[in-house]
Amino acid sequence: MTSKAKQVYLIPYYLWIALFVIAPVLLILYYSLFDLNGKLTLSNYANFFAPVYLKMTLSSFWYAFLITVFSLLVAYPAAWLLTRTKHKQLWLLLIILPTWINLLLKTYAFIGIFGTFGPVNSILDVLGIGEKQILFTGFSFVFVSVYIFIPFMILPIFSALEDLNPTLLSAARDLGASGWTTFRRVVFPLTVSGVRSGCMAVFIPALSLFMITRLIAGNRVITLGTAIEQHFLVTQDWGMGSTVAVFLIVVMALVMVLAGGRKGARNGK
Amino acid sequence: MENRNRWSNLYLALVFIVLYAPIFYLMYYSFNSGGTMHEFEGFTLDYYREVVQDTRLIIIVINTLVIALLSSAIATIIAVIGALAIQHVRSRRAKNTLLSLNNVLIVSPDVIIGASFLILFTIAGVKLGFSSVLLSHIAFSVPIAVLMILPHLEEMSPTLTDAARDLGATRRDVLTKVILPVIRPGIFSGFFMALTYSLDDFAVTFFVTGNGYSTLSVEIYSRARQGVSLSINALSTLIFLFTVLLVVGYYFLTAKKAKKPSAERTAEAGVPR
Repeated sequence: MTSKAKQVYLIPYYLWIALFVIAPVLLILYYSLFDLNGKLTLSNYANFFAPVYLKMTLSSFWYAFLITVFSLLVAYPAAWLLTRTKHKQLWLLLIILPTWINLLLKTYAFIGIFGTFGPVNSILDVLGIGEKQILFTGFSFVFVSVYIFIPFMILPIFSALEDLNPTLLSAARDLGASGWTTFRRVVFPLTVSGVRSGCMAVFIPALSLFMITRLIAGNRVITLGTAIEQHFLVTQDWGMGSTVAVFLIVVMALVMVLAGGRKGARNGK
Repeated sequence: MENRNRWSNLYLALVFIVLYAPIFYLMYYSFNSGGTMHEFEGFTLDYYREVVQDTRLIIIVINTLVIALLSSAIATIIAVIGALAIQHVRSRRAKNTLLSLNNVLIVSPDVIIGASFLILFTIAGVKLGFSSVLLSHIAFSVPIAVLMILPHLEEMSPTLTDAARDLGATRRDVLTKVILPVIRPGIFSGFFMALTYSLDDFAVTFFVTGNGYSTLSVEIYSRARQGVSLSINALSTLIFLFTVLLVVGYYFLTAKKAKKPSAERTAEAGVPR
């Protein structure tokens, strides 16, 4: 009797899982099998592996990779320096604060900053380099994306560094390791889990960005996210959009398994 | 050593400057009478007046707030139930399955959530607009709220509920008088997280919003696509101030219980929308 009562009140949660977690994935899979005329076919998949889409996929991956690498390069030292400051929690809060500002507003700000008459171009002008077209290029896309994602890279690395036992550093020093060796052999290996979750928090969203490409890259850069949005909302070709989405889901699952699996092995040690 | 310290401070300062520059840039030019985001001509409050007088925009702001408050309240309730469900499951395997199902929406890219919900609502015959936006905001807020509540539930000593039962408390009493008060901080942070997610969401809403209904971020997107308009700057200044208030409020609420805000927990909340 009691277990039955329990079951009844757990219904909303299970309903949520069924309706909004399982059903959507199945629907995406199902729709990817239909073409524009509603005919059951595998042509979407055939199209996806045609050169046009493969090229787009590759460039999407390349950009996501660049964004992840640059975020990491900026974020790691920043996280490291943050752990050295007094009032770390306050500084950390200040790093998090911008993430609470709407993404679109921050992106929109860069339209002004990178614009033809914007401050960056004025600086370039003063330096004698002259005005450059910055907006609507791959560079501006990568820059703005890195800007958006940096806090999400700093946070996990920061907490990994916080967990690091400081005596290990002294030990490495005592044993004669140089600063660089200490970092390479001690600090980095011990914080690699933070790096990994940071990279995951950046790489997957970077594959699927579409508002930044529209606002900042002026459709020069097409990511998988842009393609999905285009198919669903502009050309109304849900089948093809779903196919791209299926591909993205597969990639996501692979990334998670790769990252998660290794972590498991490490914990088992 | 001294020299090295200076360089590292410089680096951190640079990171902070870059992080905040765009936000202050927007704020600065919201007062520019020149009407562009370069060459500051003179101080004006015209754009603020424009924002305040724009009834359409005000309605959108109200829409956004209604959706955010309503969806996070409902999502928090579902999340409490969900956390209880996950905690009650005994078998480790079933628990892990539930947890991974719970996290699917957190790790999925927004575009996929948006697209799949669009299909779902179209098939289910939900009219695109208020109801579809509300439902999707509830849907993507549930898992994060569960993750905020679950640790509090697991920290709770099981002897507490046993004791309550021994003293003759009914099932309902145990829930309302023991469990809910103990996990209250988790419920609060779950609610606030859901609120910020909902306020910040663009991509999912963009997919399921249909014609005629709009939330703030969708509106900003469509205005920003038409080019620079300083009323967006004024709007963003107001939003920034509101956000700061919200964040400060959130921190006061959570900092009361746990002295130090854990970096881990904030990191979990980190998937951008």
